[in-house]
Amino acid sequence: MLSIKNLHATVEGEEILKGINLEIKAGEVHAIMGPNGSGKSTLSQVLAGNETFTVTEGEVLLDGENLLDLATEERAREGIFLAFQYPVEIPGVSNMQFLRTAVNAQRHHRGEPEMNAAEFMKLARETSKQVDLDPSFLKRGVNEGFSGGEKKRNEILQALLLQPRLAILDETDSGLDIDALKVVADGVNALKSKDRAILMVTHYQRLLNHIVPDFVHVLAGGQIVKSGGRELALELEDRGYSWLGVNEETTAS
Amino acid sequence: MANTDKQVNELIKREYEHGFVTEIEADTFEPGLNEDVIRRLSAIKGEPEFMLEWRLKAYRRWLEMEEPEWAHVHYPKVDYQSISYYSAPKRKEDMPQSLDEVDPELLRTYEKLGIPLHERAALAGVAVDAVFDSVSVATTFKEPLAKAGVIFCSISEAVKEHPELVKKYLGSVVPAGDNYFAGLNAATFSDGTFVYVPKGVRCPMELSTYFRINAANTGQFERTLIIAEAGSYVSYLEGCTAPMRDENQLHAAVVELVALDDAQIKYSTVQNWYPGDENGKGGIYNFVTKRGACIGKNSKISWTQVETGSAITWKYPSCILRGENSVGEFYSVALTNNYQQADTGTKMIHLGKNTSSTIISKGISAGHSSNAYRGLVKFGPGAEGARNFTQCDSLLIGDKSAAHTFPYIESKNKGAMLEHEATTSKVSDEQMFLCRQRGIDPEQAVSMIVNGFCKEVFKELPMEFAVEAGKLLEVSLEGSVG
Repeated sequence: MLSIKNLHATVEGEEILKGINLEIKAGEVHAIMGPNGSGKSTLSQVLAGNETFTVTEGEVLLDGENLLDLATEERAREGIFLAFQYPVEIPGVSNMQFLRTAVNAQRHHRGEPEMNAAEFMKLARETSKQVDLDPSFLKRGVNEGFSGGEKKRNEILQALLLQPRLAILDETDSGLDIDALKVVADGVNALKSKDRAILMVTHYQRLLNHIVPDFVHVLAGGQIVKSGGRELALELEDRGYSWLGVNEETTAS
Repeated sequence: MANTDKQVNELIKREYEHGFVTEIEADTFEPGLNEDVIRRLSAIKGEPEFMLEWRLKAYRRWLEMEEPEWAHVHYPKVDYQSISYYSAPKRKEDMPQSLDEVDPELLRTYEKLGIPLHERAALAGVAVDAVFDSVSVATTFKEPLAKAGVIFCSISEAVKEHPELVKKYLGSVVPAGDNYFAGLNAATFSDGTFVYVPKGVRCPMELSTYFRINAANTGQFERTLIIAEAGSYVSYLEGCTAPMRDENQLHAAVVELVALDDAQIKYSTVQNWYPGDENGKGGIYNFVTKRGACIGKNSKISWTQVETGSAITWKYPSCILRGENSVGEFYSVALTNNYQQADTGTKMIHLGKNTSSTIISKGISAGHSSNAYRGLVKFGPGAEGARNFTQCDSLLIGDKSAAHTFPYIESKNKGAMLEHEATTSKVSDEQMFLCRQRGIDPEQAVSMIVNGFCKEVFKELPMEFAVEAGKLLEVSLEGSVG
C-alpha cells in the first residue's frame, strides 16, 4: 500500500528526516517509536502534506502512485488521514458542518452522491457514541473549548467517519488518562480492517498494550535504526533506547 | 505562514459579479452643484415649498462645513463640482407608476441582480423598493401593506403624500448640519425609502430597498426614514450594487429611524457596492450617516450590517437611547480585500435610565486592505443603570492587511456599566492544514473559517438573507486561497 523510499525532509533548512525506508501493507498496524526530536512527528506531517516541510530527496508511493505530487487535500481524498497531536480549534464552525463538508468532499472525489444533513447527522451521532463523545459536541465549534482528551476523541471520530486507507496517529495517546486511552484505543481497534493500514507514532509503549502492532520501528536521528515485532516495544520499555546507540536527548523537534 | 499567504493571495483575485451596466436612456443633470441645481432637482420632483426651503438651508450650511479627515481612510479629495446630482431613467409619464409601466430594461436589470420585482416572482414575504440611480423605480406589495396600515413608498412620494410626517421627522435624528456628508445629502437627496408603521402594528412582511447605481459620474444621495409608532414592529433590509467603473463614485446616504414606546426596528444592510479592482482602481466611496432614536420607553433599534463592497466605507450606524429601558444593538461584519478601506462602527448614546446596548463587530481584512472599528459608548448624566457590552474581533487573512480598533468611552454617570472585549486573530496555517487534511478545498476552508468567525452576526440577519450573506463572503474572498 505505502512505500517510503529514502525519504529526506527539511524544515527551515534543517534536515529532520535523513533517509526513511518503510513498507506498509494493507491490514497491517505499524508503530513508530523513538525519543523526542527523532523526527516521528515530522514523518507523519510530511506524509499528510504539511507544506511547512520540504522533501529534498526520496519518494513515497501510495499503491504505486507518487504521493508527494499530490496536494494535501488530494492526499486526504486518496485516503491518507492524520490524527493530530495538537488538534487546532476553528471557532464558530460547528463540528457537524466541518465533518459533513469533509465527508462530502471525499465522497465527491470518489464519484459518490453527497450525504444530506439528516443522513449525516444520524451517522455522526452514532459514531460519536463509539468514542464516548456526547452528540452535543457535534454542535460545538471544531475543538472549541474541548479538553485535551475530547480533542483526541474528536480526531478518532473523524477517522471513523472518513474511513481512510491509511490512518496516521500522531501521539494520539499523549495527555490521556487511562480511561480516555482505553476509549481512543477501542476507536482505533474499530478502524482495523484488512483493507486499511494504521501507522501509530508514539513515545510510550503503553498505547501498544491496547492496540497491538504487527511491526515496531525505532526512529532516531531521522532514520529507522531498528525494526521488529511487538516484543521490540517491550524491550524498549525495559531497556530504553541507549542499547541501540541512540542518544535519548536528541535535539531537533 | 508563506503557504497560507500565497493561497490567500490567489483567492483574492475575483471578479465582481454585479458589475454590468444597464443601457438605458437617462435624464442626467450636468455635473455641478449650486442653488439652481437644487431648485431644479426640487422642481423635477414636484416638491412642496417647505422641502425646497429645507434643502437650500442645508446647502448654505454645508458650504460653510469642512470635509472630515479623522477617519482612518485615505483618498484624493472629491471634487463636488464634477459630480452630477441627478440621473433618472427617462420615463413617459410622471410618478407614481405601476409595475406594468416600468421600463422592461429596468426589470431585467433587477432580475439579473436576483431581485425580481414582479410580485408573482418576488421573494415570498419581502416587499421591495427599487432605487435606480436617483429615483425609486418601483415599490412592490404596496397594497397588502396598506391594508395593514403600513406606508411603504419612495421618500419623494412621501414628501408629497404625507408631508405632515415628513415635516415632523425628517432631520429629527440626523439634522442637516450633523456632519459634512449628511449636509450634502440634506441638500441634494434625490430619493430613498419611507416607512411608517402605525401604532400596535406588526409589519406583515420584511421590507427592503435595493439600491443600484448605474449612471457614470453621478452620486447617489438617498435618504431613508423609518418611523415605528408605539408598540409596532418592522424589519427592513437594504442591498446595494453598482457597475464596475474606473472612476470613483460617491454614495452619501442618510438613514433615520424613530422608535416610539415599545416599538422595535430591525435594520439590516447587505452592502456590496463595487469595491474597485484588484489594484484599487475605481469603486464607490460609501460615506453614510445612519442613526436611530429610541424615543419611547422600552423601544429597541437593532442594526445588522454585512459590508463587503465599496472602495471606502465610512459608516457608523448609531442609536440614541433616550427612552427608559430602551435597547440598542449593533451587529457588524465588515470585510475588506485588495485595496479597500473601511472605517466603521457605531455610537451608542445612553441618555435614559436602564438603557442597554450590545455591540458585536467582526472585521475581516484580506489583501492590502485596512479595516478599522471605531465606536463610541456614551453615558449621559441621566443614564442611571445603563449597560453596554462591546465585542470587537478582527481576523487577518494574509500578512499585508491591517486591522485597527478605536473604542471611545465617555461616561457622565457612575451607575453605568460597560464591558469591552477585543481580539485579533489570523486564519492560521494550522486551521488550513486541518481542513485540507480532511479533504476540504482551500477556498472552501477559508470561507468556512471566515463564516464561522461571523456566525454571531449572521444569526441576526433575516433568514432569507443570512444564506445570501454567507455566499457574499465566499464571493468576496474567492481567489484568496489557491
